Parts: sequence; C-alpha cells; structure tokens
Amino acid sequence: MIAKTNPVALNTVEVKHKNLQASALARASKFKQRKRINQLALTLSLLAMCFGLFWLIWILWETIRLGVGGLAIATFTEMTPPPNESGGIANAIYGSFLMVLLATFVGTPVGIMAGIYLAEYETKSWLANITRFVNDILLSAPSIVIGLFVYAVIVTRFKSFSGWAGVIALAMIAIPVVIRTTENMLQLVPAGLREAAYALGSPKWKVITKITLRAARAGVITGLLLAVARISGETAPLLFTALNNQFWTSNLGEPMASLPVTIFKFAMSPYENWQKLAWAGVFLITAAVLGLNILARVLTRSKN
Amino acid sequence: MSSTLPVSNTQFEMPGTIQRPEKNKTVVKPPPKNPRTWGWLPDKLFGIAAKAAAILTLAMLMGILISLVVGALPAIEKFGFGFLTNSTWDPVKEDFGGLVMIYGTLATSFIALLIAVPVSFGIALFLTELSPSWLKRPLGTAIELLAAVPSIVYGMWGLLVFGPILATYVQQPLQTLLKDVPVLGGLVTGPPVGIGILSAGIILAIMIIPFIASVMRDVFEVTPPMLKESAYALGSTTWEVMSKVVLPYTKAGVVGGIMLGLGRALGETMAVTFIIGNTNQLNSLSVFEAANSITSALANEFAEAGAGLHQASLFYLGLVLFFITFVVLTFSKLLLTQLKKNEGSKS
Repeated sequence: MIAKTNPVALNTVEVKHKNLQASALARASKFKQRKRINQLALTLSLLAMCFGLFWLIWILWETIRLGVGGLAIATFTEMTPPPNESGGIANAIYGSFLMVLLATFVGTPVGIMAGIYLAEYETKSWLANITRFVNDILLSAPSIVIGLFVYAVIVTRFKSFSGWAGVIALAMIAIPVVIRTTENMLQLVPAGLREAAYALGSPKWKVITKITLRAARAGVITGLLLAVARISGETAPLLFTALNNQFWTSNLGEPMASLPVTIFKFAMSPYENWQKLAWAGVFLITAAVLGLNILARVLTRSKN
Repeated sequence: MSSTLPVSNTQFEMPGTIQRPEKNKTVVKPPPKNPRTWGWLPDKLFGIAAKAAAILTLAMLMGILISLVVGALPAIEKFGFGFLTNSTWDPVKEDFGGLVMIYGTLATSFIALLIAVPVSFGIALFLTELSPSWLKRPLGTAIELLAAVPSIVYGMWGLLVFGPILATYVQQPLQTLLKDVPVLGGLVTGPPVGIGILSAGIILAIMIIPFIASVMRDVFEVTPPMLKESAYALGSTTWEVMSKVVLPYTKAGVVGGIMLGLGRALGETMAVTFIIGNTNQLNSLSVFEAANSITSALANEFAEAGAGLHQASLFYLGLVLFFITFVVLTFSKLLLTQLKKNEGSKS
C-alpha cells in the first residue's frame, strides 16, 4: 500500500543484452503475481471481517425477532408456567437479579482489594506474580468446574441446593474480572499523584482510597459492569448450585430460579409456550448484557 | 565575629549533603510510621486485607483442584487411568469411562480452531492494516461484542435457528456429494439434522473468534513500526509485510492467542450442551453424528446423579477437563509473556 516498485522503471534502464531484458520481464511478471497474491489476501481478510459481523448481526436479529414476539406484560408479572399454560418468567428474572446483585456485593470488595494489592503493594513479589498468573487462568477457566467446586463445598455440606451456593459460584466468576481491570486501571494512575499525597503526610491506605482509587474510578466501574455482564449470562455454574424453582422465592436457603437456567430448561423442551418464553428471556438477557458492555466501553472512552 | 561565620556555614550545609538521595527512585515510599499514635493501625489493616484478597484468589484455584480430586477419588480408585480409554458409560451397571466425552470435547474444539484461526487472522489483519482508522474502533467493538453474547444465547440460536439451516443447506448437499468418496464419505454419514459435532464446532468457532482475533490484533500492533516500514521501503506488499515480518515477529503471541481460544472452546458448556446431541456413542467418527462432551455430560447428568460412583465419575471428568484447560491456558500465558519480554530486546 505504501510502497510499490515500479516495473516501468526497470524497463527504462538502457538494455543491451536480450537476457537482461528477459529477466526484467520475468521480474515484472513476478511483481504482477505478488500483487495478485496481495489482493487475494486482502480480499480474504475483508471476507473474514464480514464473516465475523455476519454472525453477530444474524444472532442479534433472530434474538430481537423471536424475543420481542414472546414479550408480554405477563412475562414480567407471572410465574413460570407448567407446559402448555400461559405464564411468565417473573420469578426467574427476580432470582437472577437477586443472585447477580449479591454476587457483585460479595465479589467486588475482594476483587478490588486483590487488584490494589497487585498494583499498589508488592507489585513484583512472587506472591503477586503467582496471583496474577492464577487470576488469568481463573478468568478463562471453565465455569462449570466452578459449579462443581461450589457443589462439593457448599451444596453437599448443607445437603441442599440453595441460592447462596449460586451467589458464591457467580462471585467466584466475577472476582477475576474485577481484579484484572482494577489492577490495569490503577497502574495507569501517574506516580506523581501518589508522591504528592505522601508528601502531604497521608498514610498509604488514605492515598489508595482517596487518591489512586478515585483517579481510576471510571476504569474500576467499567470492570464492575463487565463482571456483572459476565455473570448475568452465566448458566453452567448455576445448574447444580442454585438449581431451579418454579415459584417465587426470596429465601436464599432454597433452590432459586434464574433466567439462564430457566431458558435452558424451556428451550430444550418441545412445548411451544415454553420456547416462546425462553426466547423472551434470551432477548432480555442479551439486551442487558450487551447494554452493560457498551456502557462500560463508553465509560472508558470518555475517560481516555 | 569573623570566626563564627565559617562554622555556621558548615552546619547549614551538612544536613543537605548527607541526606541527599542516591538516585531518582521511581519506587514510592510511604512516610515512616508514627509510633506514638494509633494512626498506623488502619494502614496495617488495609495492607493485610489487600494481601488476604490476593491469597484468597490463590486459595480459590487450590480449592477447585482439591475439591475435584476429592470428589473424583472413588472413581480414580476404581478405574484408574483406564477411565480415559474406556468408552462405556453405564450408570446402571456402574461402569464408567470418559473416552466418548473426551473425544467429543477434543473433536469439537479442533473443528472450532480449524475455522476460527484463519478467520481471526483475517479479522486481525483487516483491523491493523486495512481498515480506515475511523472504522477501527466500531468494528473492533462489534467483534468483541460477539464474545459478550451469553453462551446460552448461542446455544438456543444454534439449536433452533442455525441447526435446521445447516442441515438443509450444508449437510444434505455434502452427503449427496461425498456419498461415494471413500474416506470423506465416512465423515458425513448419519442423520443430517443439524445437531452433532460439526454444528457444535461451528458454534464454538464463532464464540472463540473474538478472543483469538483481539489477541492477534493486540500483538500485531506491538510490532515496531520501524520493522514494517523497512519492509515496505524495500518494496514489499502488505501481505508480504504481514506474513514475512509481522507474523514471524509475533509468532509466540499468535500461538498464545490461539491457545487462549482453545482453552475457551474446551470449557464452553451451554452452547455445546444445546447442540451436540448428548448421545454417548463413538461407533462412527462422522461429524454429523450426535455425540457428547465433558461439559455437556456434566450439565445434563450432574444434578440428577446420585452420590456414589456416578457422581465421582462426573467429578473425574471435571478434573480431566480442568487439567487440560489448565495446561492449555498456562501454555498460552507463558507464550504471551514471552512476547512481552522480547519486546524490549528486539525493537
């Protein structure tokens, strides 16, 4: 794109010998071939981009088309129905909301504190390095394995599936996301701010809470939003921790319905009304998750 | 009068010369603690809390590992490593082997990589070299949003929308086309209903494209512009710069990104559970056949499995999955950090 050899320039050189001319011609044809390969590669790359966008648009389109059709007032006010009866998914929405809210409350302080440790305390120590490494593994670890862990530790201990188990499983997924963004955002805060605060005699914890954390506020909130987005769509860790519940419950000691698990159950069923409700649920989840993601991006962009 | 002046001069200069710091240190040191007041207490507590939170993260990983091993112990004692090569899964006779699920997990992930790697490379190439700069951000965001779509949405869409279309427009024509070809024909037998290893692989590919593409884009962007410009100045085309300069320079990072995608594909649960068919069979290696993966077996059977050998075998499967993803992700992380270390020395 920037530089192109000019084949004409090669030919304008005064050519005495025929074989020299032949080699120039060969070079010109080689150049044409290189150009063709280049064009082919760039066209393929454009197609790859279209391929990626194609799926996004298709999925969103179907979600909106089938999801909006399933939405009604009853969706938000009635409980999950038995097969072939009308109803809504109010209990599932409430269960999801409650568990995600509590998981955020549990996970956020831990994540932010660990992020502070990595960015502000012993940044280069072996503990920090291992924590960073483990955190990256946890960030991509299969979420169903976290469900297994919570089942083994909490569900078998209390001999019952419960909302609390779901909350803990979701918090364990949220923590690595919060740690990662908090650490990255704190590292962006210029050292001069900290030095100025120390120079005025403030202790370290005040410097962190009043200066650096405040300076990195937008970034930390972004991390929170991303974590909330991530856990609101998670199904696998809830399957055998919070299980499911047909009825409205605020008791976290009982099994609790959640939107993703309800969608899973309804979508796999042959009943038409269940599938319709599942599409409505899918629409709600997708809208919420993508909305949170876009909001998070807008927040960091205005900060930069 | 005159005798006192020099003395006072030295007194004034002394503290300055002794306490001058050795070098401009970047490390920020907190002021010394004041032992007479209790002001140091919150500082100490805050530091301990931060450290505890970091240790808790470590404990989480150890806890997961220990709980999986403990849960799987009865199955490990009974079946040993034979579990990995045994293809029966019979809850009634209590004879369990994980080969079918392990094969399903590896096969779907392999198909996913086969599709996702070239596409992600194309996307990263487009975003770094081709796209006009005003389009870079929106297009990058759009691709990253693919990663944000919850996996259950992929699952439901895959089962009810994508599966039937794949069956009619891809699987049936392929079957008629390859019916008499010896090896390929065997790969496409079975009912073309849009459920099975191939469909699961395609959905997984869509799900991991954003991860691989964004890592590739990031590592392509760390290539020193000097290298690229030198190649352009010698007359290289964009493709030649990409394949002969940028790609060799960022090799480790690119492989790291692919490994990250593989780790994601191996552990993906809901989308696979929806569309793989959940059938324990390994009679034909056809990619159209319904099969089972580790994650879908866990999702479907765990809540109903009674305590005992069935549950222990499922824990064993979880342990195998965790082990594989742990190795893959560790490998990915090491490659990506290696690239970061090289950055300074090469540029």
